Amino acid sequence: MTATVIVFPGSNCDRDVAVCLEAALGKSPIMAWHGDQQLPKSDAIILPGGFSYGDYLRGGSIAAQSPIMREVVAAAHKGTPVLGICNGFQILTECGLLPGVLMRNSGLKFICRDVALTVGNTQTPFMHGYTRDQKITMPIAHNEGNYFASEDTLNELSDNDRIVLSYDGESPNGASRNIAGIRNEAGNVVGMMPHPERLAEAALGGEDGRAIFDGLATFLAQ
Amino acid sequence: MRAIIRITLKNGVLDPQGKAIESALGQLGFSGVEEARQGKLIELKVAETDPVKAEAEIAQMCEKLLANTVIENYTIELLDT
Repeated sequence: MTATVIVFPGSNCDRDVAVCLEAALGKSPIMAWHGDQQLPKSDAIILPGGFSYGDYLRGGSIAAQSPIMREVVAAAHKGTPVLGICNGFQILTECGLLPGVLMRNSGLKFICRDVALTVGNTQTPFMHGYTRDQKITMPIAHNEGNYFASEDTLNELSDNDRIVLSYDGESPNGASRNIAGIRNEAGNVVGMMPHPERLAEAALGGEDGRAIFDGLATFLAQ
Repeated sequence: MRAIIRITLKNGVLDPQGKAIESALGQLGFSGVEEARQGKLIELKVAETDPVKAEAEIAQMCEKLLANTVIENYTIELLDT
């Protein structure tokens, strides 16, 4: 089983994600460059965090138009599991695989700290290692994590149980309905602002993020 | 011809940057500012000379990349120069 990590100019969590994937899958992921026309054949795709293209125009907006993203969108429509973390989540909304948009944090400050989260829907290749309503901790590190969507879209996400992670208490960034992560209708595409790769082994201070990668490994082994 | 594209946040979308500008203007003593909203202005020079075709093409650019229509509106102004 092989995963692919897409590397954009400005990605900075790609190697952390690669370490987690290697630990879970037993082999190094393919690192694919954003300018590649061809997506390597693999079983899952991760869009890592960072500041692709310097966050020019809007976070993730230029990356969403890069050559390899056409292939990622096509693969997602065919059912390949795709996870976008932080800037990766922004790219998934900008390319239309997930609804809504990540706006500037309501407090105007870059936020980098651990946050308390509640797990929602777990019916995705990435979330099934958790249980619904489980309380977990993961770090966030972003300037644009304020999830916004029309009232209709928010209702659709709630009614169809497509919220995978919510912030506990007051949303740190102003996100509508405390949304920290969502999935697409089919469940194979997931976007989240928290960084599971930054809390995925005891040496990092916690392991709450590890179930994302272990869960993917279990899913792919089925 | 040249085109001026103005991208603004839709009504009802919270604009924390606009709020910060409003508050900074207030601190400078400009007490009459009731609201500040921040947007973007993008200037393009395009080869197309037919204004109808140019506007249609630029509208596509706005829909695909320049604006995020979930939260933003855009207007296109064409200049002959």
